[in-house]
Amino acid sequence: MNAEALAFYTLAAMVLAGGGLVVLSRNLVHAAVSLVPTLLGVAGLYVLLHAEFVTAIQILIYVGAITVLILFVILLTEGATGLRVRQRNEQVPLAFVVCGALVLLLWGVLLRVPWGPPAGPMPAYNPGAVGRSFLLPYVLAFEVISLVILASLVGAIVIARREE
Amino acid sequence: MGVGGLFGALWQVELVRMVVLAAVVFTFLAVGGPLFLVLAERKISAWIQARVGPKHVGPHGLLQTVADTLKLLYKENIAPYRADVVLFSVAPILVAVAALLDWVVIPFAPGWVVRDLNVGVVYFAAVSSLTVIGILAGGWASNNKYSLLGGLRSAAQMVSYELPLGFSLILVATITGSLSTVRIVEAQPYPAYLYPSVVVAAVVFLVAATAEANRIPFDLPEAEAELVAGYFSEYTPMRFALFQLGEYGSLLASSALFTTLFLGGWKGPFQLPGAGPVVNGLVWFVLKTYAVVFFLMWVRWTYPRFRIDQLLGLSWKVLLPVSMVNLLVAGLLMVVVR
Amino acid sequence: MPLDWAYVAVFALVGAGMAALPLGLVWLLAPRSQYPQKRVAYESGIIPFGEAWSQFHVRYYLFGLAFLLFDIEVIYMYPWAVVLRELGGFAFVEMLIFLGVLGVGLAYAWGKGALEWV
Repeated sequence: MNAEALAFYTLAAMVLAGGGLVVLSRNLVHAAVSLVPTLLGVAGLYVLLHAEFVTAIQILIYVGAITVLILFVILLTEGATGLRVRQRNEQVPLAFVVCGALVLLLWGVLLRVPWGPPAGPMPAYNPGAVGRSFLLPYVLAFEVISLVILASLVGAIVIARREE
Repeated sequence: MGVGGLFGALWQVELVRMVVLAAVVFTFLAVGGPLFLVLAERKISAWIQARVGPKHVGPHGLLQTVADTLKLLYKENIAPYRADVVLFSVAPILVAVAALLDWVVIPFAPGWVVRDLNVGVVYFAAVSSLTVIGILAGGWASNNKYSLLGGLRSAAQMVSYELPLGFSLILVATITGSLSTVRIVEAQPYPAYLYPSVVVAAVVFLVAATAEANRIPFDLPEAEAELVAGYFSEYTPMRFALFQLGEYGSLLASSALFTTLFLGGWKGPFQLPGAGPVVNGLVWFVLKTYAVVFFLMWVRWTYPRFRIDQLLGLSWKVLLPVSMVNLLVAGLLMVVVR
Repeated sequence: MPLDWAYVAVFALVGAGMAALPLGLVWLLAPRSQYPQKRVAYESGIIPFGEAWSQFHVRYYLFGLAFLLFDIEVIYMYPWAVVLRELGGFAFVEMLIFLGVLGVGLAYAWGKGALEWV
């Protein structure tokens, strides 16, 4: 096993273990904090794909912002903190069916995709290349992002103000 | 890509190099630096308040913080009733590690940087943001109302000031065309027509870094008069010390980053006689960094504390719009001059 | 380049180990004694009442969400910043529009009082 494969399996184990904790923890704060190793593991997988900028963004946004936001949400939900939440309900069989279907679908995709090394040299994923793609070919998507952010901000404020 | 592809031909050598560098940086910067800073803070505060300060341990009290740390080894670790012991123990370690990781991208002298990441300044912002999780988790796990309130306040404050800080980093990146800290130092001094914008960005950065470090005038999370000691109220000696390491460590790292971005890093106004480029760079870098540290301590012992509404208002209603406009003005100037 | 991040990972592991070391020393060296009052949470000297893990105000969430959205904006500006000089006026106008839309967002949040700590 080479170093890259070793790194991949370590990171994948980290992601899966963290994800398992997120799903299985009966305490919501534990579940939220377990997102940290999961998301850091995903950041590590981006490193193996040579997507350095995405790695930094993954840590900055997902670990530094979204996890904090989730913790805020848990802390302001009445009676949700420090509580042991039940993990099973009557929907368990249904969940198994849905998950099984998803696994079959993914398995099918996995078998059809011609996996192999990428043709040609690795593209440069440095911040400059990312910036050039934003500003030249994907400029419309780039500007639409600002509208999406604006809409989310307005929506959040409207909902939060109504609850008060 | 084999083992050789990822780590170079001599990967064992590389691994040893990594571990040794990590241990050295941790000892001298993440532990030694904060120990010295705590002493410096006590001496400077004493000087500002016309007192003597610590003076009994070692010559002029120089060994005071070392003695204090050794004393902490003999203090029992206690977790309060119904505290969440796992998170309670992990949180201080996370905060200390986040402060250590800052140092990976700080260039000390020409060629003296642990790793010159392509995305250096974004990396710095990213690992600094890990501290918020540690503080929030520690405050919650203590099962103490003051701790939780302190943790929440701290998180709200730190995330609010991350934004103006980010805008200052972006301004520097527009000028240098790079996010690598080494390239940023090499690009200085900045063109003269951009000085006003750079000065605004530097002031914003300094204010935001003070708030990120939870220091006066932004020390609400640990406001003694209201919250006992904030998020670390329940923490007993060594774990408390790890939080302190994180706090002073990130203060030192922020000062080092300020030096790198705005004060020319290792470059000095003149070459020191008889010194090689590395020694010359190190001396200037350390001098500038400690000048910034001194300034922040001076501020701490001079100003009173903000109220929380003023604190968040300053970030969202002053610093954020000012940095946005500043960035656009600088961008326009650059495009026109080009 | 993955080598750079291998350094980051090793730094994190070594740092965590070195931070845990003094905790281990404390466990070995420090005297231990048990009595019930010791582990009571310190809430200004009175006996803690009620639940510390109680509900908190929605304003923390509002600030958290506003932060997240503006943080996403900030990350889109890093790549822009790197290529501004190279691409010139066109890139500047694009960012002017981008920032303009978000400026409207900030003004809206400000006007609606979402940035007030009430």
